Amino acid sequence: MPQVTLTVNGKSATAAVEGRTLLVELLREKLGLTGTHVGCDTSQCGACVVHVDGVSVKACTMLAVQADGTSVTTIEGLAAADGTLHPMQEMFREHHALQCGFCTPGMVMSAIDLVNSHPEGLTEEVIRQGLEGNLCRCTGYHNIVKAIAAAWPLMHGKEAKAMAAE
Amino acid sequence: MNVMFEGIGASVRRKEDLRFISGHGHYVDDMNRPGQLHAIFRRSDRPHARIVSIDTKAAAASPGVVAVYTAADLAKIGGVPCGWQIHSKDGSPMAEPKHPVLAEGKVRHVGDPIAVVIAETREQAKDAAEFLDIVLEDLPSIASVADAVKPGAPLVFDDVPGNQCYDWHIGDRDMVDAAFAKAAKTVTLELTNNRLIPNAMEPRAALGDFDPSTGDYTLYTTSQNPHVIRLLMGAFVLQIPEHKLRVVAPDVGGGFGSKIYHYAEEAMVTWAAGRVKRPVKWTADRTESFMSDAHGRDHVSTAEMALDDEGHFLALRVKTLCNMGAYLSTFAPAVPTYLYATLLAGVYKTPAIYAEVKAVFTNTVPVDAYRGAGRPEATYLLERLVDTICHDTGHDRVEIRRKNFIPVDAFPYQTPVALQYDSGDYFTTLKVAMQAADWDGFEARRSAAKARGKLRGIGMSTYLEACGIAPSKLVGQLGARAGLYEVANVRVHPTGSVSVFTGTHSHGQGHETTFAQLVVDQLGIPFEQIDVVHGDTAKIPFGMGTYGSRSLAVGGSAMVKAMDKIVAKGKKIAAHLMEAAVEDIAFKDGKFSVAGTDKFKTIGEIALTAYVPHNYPIETLEPGLDETAFYDPMNFTFPGGCHICEVEIDPETGTTQVIQFVAVDDIGRVINPMIVEGQVQGGVAQGIGQALLENAAYDAGGQLLSGSFMDYTMPRADNIPNITVGTESTICTHNPLGAKGCGEVGAIGSPPAVVNAVVDALKPYGVRHLDMPASPQKIWSIIHSNRPLMAAE
Repeated sequence: MPQVTLTVNGKSATAAVEGRTLLVELLREKLGLTGTHVGCDTSQCGACVVHVDGVSVKACTMLAVQADGTSVTTIEGLAAADGTLHPMQEMFREHHALQCGFCTPGMVMSAIDLVNSHPEGLTEEVIRQGLEGNLCRCTGYHNIVKAIAAAWPLMHGKEAKAMAAE
Repeated sequence: MNVMFEGIGASVRRKEDLRFISGHGHYVDDMNRPGQLHAIFRRSDRPHARIVSIDTKAAAASPGVVAVYTAADLAKIGGVPCGWQIHSKDGSPMAEPKHPVLAEGKVRHVGDPIAVVIAETREQAKDAAEFLDIVLEDLPSIASVADAVKPGAPLVFDDVPGNQCYDWHIGDRDMVDAAFAKAAKTVTLELTNNRLIPNAMEPRAALGDFDPSTGDYTLYTTSQNPHVIRLLMGAFVLQIPEHKLRVVAPDVGGGFGSKIYHYAEEAMVTWAAGRVKRPVKWTADRTESFMSDAHGRDHVSTAEMALDDEGHFLALRVKTLCNMGAYLSTFAPAVPTYLYATLLAGVYKTPAIYAEVKAVFTNTVPVDAYRGAGRPEATYLLERLVDTICHDTGHDRVEIRRKNFIPVDAFPYQTPVALQYDSGDYFTTLKVAMQAADWDGFEARRSAAKARGKLRGIGMSTYLEACGIAPSKLVGQLGARAGLYEVANVRVHPTGSVSVFTGTHSHGQGHETTFAQLVVDQLGIPFEQIDVVHGDTAKIPFGMGTYGSRSLAVGGSAMVKAMDKIVAKGKKIAAHLMEAAVEDIAFKDGKFSVAGTDKFKTIGEIALTAYVPHNYPIETLEPGLDETAFYDPMNFTFPGGCHICEVEIDPETGTTQVIQFVAVDDIGRVINPMIVEGQVQGGVAQGIGQALLENAAYDAGGQLLSGSFMDYTMPRADNIPNITVGTESTICTHNPLGAKGCGEVGAIGSPPAVVNAVVDALKPYGVRHLDMPASPQKIWSIIHSNRPLMAAE
């Protein structure tokens, strides 16, 4: 069986996997990181989104062996060591952007990448289009959109405000 | 901490969120037991076939395989039971053919499980399942209700003639016929309520465990009602008594009805765990969800209204054909009868109603309750009919509704179809919704859209639903095989914190927060010192679970009742401690005080005394502060309201964009407005999905065409607008909270509002009706068949 070594949430991990093992299976079954969910088998729902080298990836659509040598961040790795939540996590809670919680990890990871990749700012339309790859059956998306819009200034912080002021 | 801030009426942020946003939720598939094996089901890929032979040898010899089971191994276990019996017009009981755990002799729908393979790993089980040699001989098959009732139609069950499960009716046929005979005008509408696939984001999963040293079974399952599963599976399928069977439904990732029912896979993994003496886990992949989770809706109806000259409704006649699928799911027979036809009065004072409902079997996945269950079908029929009446007669859509509303002073109001509404004010929800949606300013927006080449439309629905199911005696008379009370155990611990054990189940609704707010309000205990426990038959005395928007109205009322007992007992302890008469003790904001004095004891002091009874009326009072209540509701609750939808259609593509959606609902007392808004928004999104996007498509023979997220159009973020939610409540008169329920109103009220808006937008093309989903293809075809074809362009 091939061996993969990668960094997960800042810690090195090595595991023997089958060639067909998916990244999400490696995370959930070998590394016990069950925060990343599997909601479909056609790469549509986005419940499994993680960051691979800082970019959102559907972990059901990447083989574990392809993740060899990468740095992976999952939902469990977002909060600071002292438990301080990532601003996106905070805003999801503040704006009631989750109900059953199943799509939430993937939704949060996608949302962070969406905010990171739009330093110029986000409109509601861009947020809604940016969530095309994530399904939620509970919220009707309304509060998810609100939470992401609210997280943008928190994540871009002073620099963004300064840019806007210039 | 100001405890009142976290009491009734406050938008308290949810207790459960921390674990969900940090990846520490605890769903069934996240669980792994030592020595666990994995189950994979081999399912039918044919809609209807005779099982000629099953050869399991190669599969059994495949690496890692521990066991392979087929129906032949399950001779001693029962079929999956149905929880509700309907009787036909002629008094005969419904046809109730056996629903085997694994197919016996025949497969009857795509997805019907034939065999299960149990192996060390999921991959090994999957590989081995491919080695099962199953020979099937195709049989003629049917998928639609129309085909099922044709003379000579293929039979799903040889001993169920005409594929008829039941032929039921309600109302006064003679009175309706007489009203039609003298009506100034009658309007008829034929309509379909499209079949839907619930698609909770968490696929179903089940993990069976068996302890050979005690003989105890445990099932971890994605359920909305673990006690019901214990009862159905234990008593009817596996013959395991309750004390030997624990059912745990931990965090569950959405249900919408589809996780109410007892499913074959649950019984299979539990039974198999007992056989192989190791835990056995099964998790559906999404494809399996599509072909094994109970579907929803699937009605074909004819609706006729008799009117006088002024537009008063005189009588309603309805004929509905509904699809049960290939087997009867747990609640299926009740949905198109007592949850549908009894709602046909809606918000209107129509004096005479008669409905006939025929349920049929087809070679499709079983159909059961999906968010709203029967009530969306009734609402859609009525509200489309009202708009069609306006189309045909020229009456104004708002005025005709107002003219026929049940007046505010008419409550309690007895409908001609069994229900008695306790309270409501349909005029106010209508008025507030119209203001919020700027109904009166719409024509200017239509003109502006027209100038941009777009077709703009507005539509409304004024709806009512019945939830908080239900008085046990009543539902027993109607065929329910269970009581529908709810149970709460409120345990005040020695140091004053509280655990509440509820028989309801939260799978997104936020009960851990809302129910804690009830405790803050009633016992004055700080929010952080309250935990709500649900989903485990080993912890909770009993319960009927969460569906039909019943958790607060019924489950919350049980909590209130249990807390009343806590306070009553606390008063006796306080009276003893403060040497006062029990009648002189008052309880408020967590303090027991002696009337007319400044003497008081906190509930914490009372709790400690109850558990350390050194100075205690031990001769007359038991120690402890722990009370259980069963609450059986006196009636259904009747939320209602007005939903208004505004759409814009691009005539070039036929695509409909929902521009604005306003929901103003009467849901009774609101505990947490933030959670209510979220519930309504989510329901509305599902309703918009049904109206514009979603459709469970079968070919004529029963092959499922929409079997994945690539084929079944789920609403995505850019299909759904911001949803404005308002509440204008009248209080439920018969439960202690005054609560009516909010879980389903969004999905019930919204589909006709959307379709009425689409039909309004298509007014220039003379459209009278179109069936859901109002897909771009349908709309484009209407537009382009109505205007000179510009194919040459």
